[in-house]
Amino acid sequence: MSKFLPLWPDRASTMAWQVDALYIYLVLVAAVMTLLIFTAVAIFAVKYRVRPGHKAHQIEGSMVLEIGWSIIPFGVMLTFFVWGAVLFFKERTPPASATEVYVVAKQWMWKIEHMEGQREINELHVPTGQNIKLIMTSQDVIHSFYVPAFRIKQDVLPGRYTTLWFNATQPGKYHLFCAEYCGTSHSGMIGDIVVMEPQQYAQWLSGGPSAPLPEAGKELFSSLGCATCHRVDVQGRGPNLTNVYNKPVLLEDGRTVTADENYIRESILNPTAKIVSGFKPVMPTFQGLVTDEQLNALVAYVKSLAQQPSGAAGTQNQTTASPSGQPQTMQVQ
Amino acid sequence: MASAAIPANSVPGTKTNYLTNGFSLKSWLLTTDHKRIAILYLISVTLFFFLGGFFAMLIRLELLTPQGDLMQADTYNKVFTMHGMIMVFFFLIPVVPATLGNFLVPLMVGAKDLAFPRINLLSWYLYVIAGGLFLHCMLVGGVDTGWTFYTPFSTAASNTHVIEAGLAVFIAGFSSIFTGLNFIVTVHRMRAPGLTWDRLPLFIWANYATSLIMILGTPVVAITIVLVAVERIFHLGIFDPRLGGDPLLFQHLFWFYSHPAVYIMILPSMGVISELITCFSRKRVFGYKFVALSSIAIAVIGFLVWAHHMFVAGISLYAAMIFSFLTFFVGVPSAIKVFNWTATLYRGSISYTTPMLYAFGFIGLFTIGGLTGLFLASLGIDVHVTDTYFVVAHFHYVMVGGVLMGFLGGMHFWWPKISGRLYPEGWARLSALLVFVGFNLTFFPQFILGYVGMPRRYWQYPDEFQVLNVLSTAGASVLAVGYLLPMIYFLWSLRYGELATANPWNAAGLEWQTSSPPPTFNFDETPVVTWEAYNYDEIDAHPQEVPVGR
Amino acid sequence: MADSQATIVEAEVQNPELRHHFADMEQQKNAASLGMWLFLVTEIMFFGGMFCAYLVYRTSHFAALAAGSQTLDIKWGAINTAVLIVSSVTVVLAINAIQHGKPRTTINYLVITVLLGLVFLGIKSIEYTNKFEEHHVPGAGFHFTGTFDDNGKQIPVAENEVQLFFSLYFAMTGMHALHMIIGIGIMTTLAVMTWKGRFSAQYYTPIENAGLYWHLVDIIWIYLFPLLYLISRHT
Repeated sequence: MSKFLPLWPDRASTMAWQVDALYIYLVLVAAVMTLLIFTAVAIFAVKYRVRPGHKAHQIEGSMVLEIGWSIIPFGVMLTFFVWGAVLFFKERTPPASATEVYVVAKQWMWKIEHMEGQREINELHVPTGQNIKLIMTSQDVIHSFYVPAFRIKQDVLPGRYTTLWFNATQPGKYHLFCAEYCGTSHSGMIGDIVVMEPQQYAQWLSGGPSAPLPEAGKELFSSLGCATCHRVDVQGRGPNLTNVYNKPVLLEDGRTVTADENYIRESILNPTAKIVSGFKPVMPTFQGLVTDEQLNALVAYVKSLAQQPSGAAGTQNQTTASPSGQPQTMQVQ
Repeated sequence: MASAAIPANSVPGTKTNYLTNGFSLKSWLLTTDHKRIAILYLISVTLFFFLGGFFAMLIRLELLTPQGDLMQADTYNKVFTMHGMIMVFFFLIPVVPATLGNFLVPLMVGAKDLAFPRINLLSWYLYVIAGGLFLHCMLVGGVDTGWTFYTPFSTAASNTHVIEAGLAVFIAGFSSIFTGLNFIVTVHRMRAPGLTWDRLPLFIWANYATSLIMILGTPVVAITIVLVAVERIFHLGIFDPRLGGDPLLFQHLFWFYSHPAVYIMILPSMGVISELITCFSRKRVFGYKFVALSSIAIAVIGFLVWAHHMFVAGISLYAAMIFSFLTFFVGVPSAIKVFNWTATLYRGSISYTTPMLYAFGFIGLFTIGGLTGLFLASLGIDVHVTDTYFVVAHFHYVMVGGVLMGFLGGMHFWWPKISGRLYPEGWARLSALLVFVGFNLTFFPQFILGYVGMPRRYWQYPDEFQVLNVLSTAGASVLAVGYLLPMIYFLWSLRYGELATANPWNAAGLEWQTSSPPPTFNFDETPVVTWEAYNYDEIDAHPQEVPVGR
Repeated sequence: MADSQATIVEAEVQNPELRHHFADMEQQKNAASLGMWLFLVTEIMFFGGMFCAYLVYRTSHFAALAAGSQTLDIKWGAINTAVLIVSSVTVVLAINAIQHGKPRTTINYLVITVLLGLVFLGIKSIEYTNKFEEHHVPGAGFHFTGTFDDNGKQIPVAENEVQLFFSLYFAMTGMHALHMIIGIGIMTTLAVMTWKGRFSAQYYTPIENAGLYWHLVDIIWIYLFPLLYLISRHT
């Protein structure tokens, strides 16, 4: 496409051509409708212009026409709805086996953390042909992660995670924009998605020194004292977190919730919001004591525990006795 | 003849009318005459329009180049915020109801005034106070949250005069509520004998539906602004997640009003178009009942679609689908109107006066604007184009291409009635053409800009977006001329324009059954209505006895 | 609908209160009534936004809201509810009195209404003072250490979530109190106007419409009381 006068962005993801197809359909229907109306108005305006001897002919209306031009356009609109809804469902449903990348937005930059530990600012390297799922949160105000070439956009909110997925098809560099006004440098909060062939991506990945995200999380889990109560060997004061990710959890008040990323995050920042059934509300809050990046690492770690082959679910172990209630000294560094 | 007797004061230039009934400042500032209040509004609304237009010009100038080189980023953020707030709250919402509506509603229903004339004056003062407050806010530094005030930016991160701006909007909201309240009571309780609901002009139906939205929706944005102010002052956590609140709650409360608000803007203009199309095709409107009820339908369904502004905001998949479906639903009554107007032209006797040119322009531009709304309603597309220039183009097509064209058409149509003078037709037609061409040049490139990926509210942008931006700015300069010309020739006509008779267009409607300009109490005798709306066949069968012209 | 439509009136002895743009007093009264009802609808929508916020947060943070609610003194809330209901009765009695052409009685009832309104505000100020002393006023000085008493079980709650409850409490009762103050002002003005002879059995529309306003403010409180004071109270 012409760099001088672009009419549509690059197509660089599996969704891009699907979105463009719907767009073209909408453009065609809109063009036809517009042409019909314009032509009708033009023809009537000329054919029935005021001239001597010509009188207006009063017509009350026509029920048939009214119903016709209500139902038929609505029917056409329903096609817009269905096609759009189907696309939306696909866009909002990440495939099960997607590679996860954590994104933290703040005024005015994008901070990216790969699971392997790679960190980037305002740039996201991804391989082609792989499902990538972004787990995003904001440190301050609402931002929005927008990649025109992938036809995706998702607002990034403070206080919770939102997700986005894509599968890049073409190597290249594509614009990343913030699409929700966020202050002074809103238009400066831009970057690049760098799509690479898988081998090049592997090379790029291996260049980084940082520890994989779950490992960083495991270290924090220990250094912050989480491991003291959330034990895997004997019954601790807190639930065993092995295999807890994405499983239903029974709470004290009778509700059952799913332990997704937002649940894990909330449990760290606001532990008394949801108490697991059978446990006392003794966990302290870590609000203000962990950064968003550290939270991401902890969440990634707890999620990684789901891959353990052994280990009980997140409730009381049957085989060991309950704790005696004596406070144990916490190892805090 | 199927109309009330033309009063003797239809000979122009004689007898006292509402304009000559007192010349002191006090007689204007303490008036309770709805016509004078309409003029007061007209002046204030026009001032704000040009102020908002000035900010628009700054935006377009900055966007000529990819870099931010005309002003600083913070200044630009304030400029687009001002442009939005002024245009939405101080222009688009009051423009047709408070000027044309205030002037015409009592006349069209055959009443001497609105139900509550003093509340009408109060509503103007509230508007002026709100406007003054907003001007002050601008002078001391302005506000940079965008007209949408999203939290937590507006409550916790912005260091501009959010509360003052919010207070101005709050007060302007009450101005709007009182106008709506007045219209509803007037239409229900003060129609002339014989004027049943199915004989009302469609302009009345449109303003009635608008008034319903005004009184139901505006209070919600009022309380939302109060909560934002309270949160900002006391550092509460209603909308701030760090303190337990939910930023999405703000968006729901805000859009619950702000979506119906756009119907407050468009419905009265649609009412104007119904009047213009019928008069200048010399025909009853095709499908009167459908057009009348579609106004009500738009008002009702319009309250059910607000979250289509939030498809990517973090609402659930299912909520998004429901709101998408309902949004398509609200497009149907608008489409019905466009089809009915087009059908009204069929076998009519059409003249190309300036008001009619604006009506044609409206049909064309509103069709495009409405159709692009369907793009946005379609979830799969919305994800890509929301928060981009596609949305900017869409709403300018319906707001400027729709509301403003309707307003200008109405101003030209009723100018003889309001001022007692005729405007110069040649210049007026030229302006209509300039507006239509300039408008399309300005905003059509923005659809493309949006699909290509340029986000909204961007002070600087990547190089490849420049050509489209330059095209848009070029169009804007043409548009500006198109808007300035009417200012000039309307003012010119007050002094030098040909005197108008009671009914220079031979139009249907009670407002034409009294002199131009009308006397202070509108009618010498209360009219008794025995005819259907838009009875152009009867009117044309019996041309007026009173001579046209000086 | 039974709209009253203007009748063409010949010159007749007209009520001095008839405004020039109305054909007769009946039309004027109907217009004023409809206007007041519409205004009350706007008030309902205005408070509705806050009720909506309350609904959302009660659903998501029930325990915290209940904990906050349990610190409110039911006694004062109940007395205030009774005070307002009685004041609505006195308003009705005032209207009834003027309908029967008894301005003195009308003034008396209006004055009692005003006094009851002042009692309401007085009790609210006692409550607000208590909240201030307990550091339950949202903002920098907010501090909450209580728990949610769920039938004997003490469930701890996050302080910032309880602050949400008090934000809603002060916003909603504060806005209500503001409307009460306005209502008291209106009733006082009407009492003075009655004393000056402005109203009679032939014309009392302002009193009637002000009564409607007062009833709405009363009804709003009747919703506020259980929603704010009685969350999860068990005998």
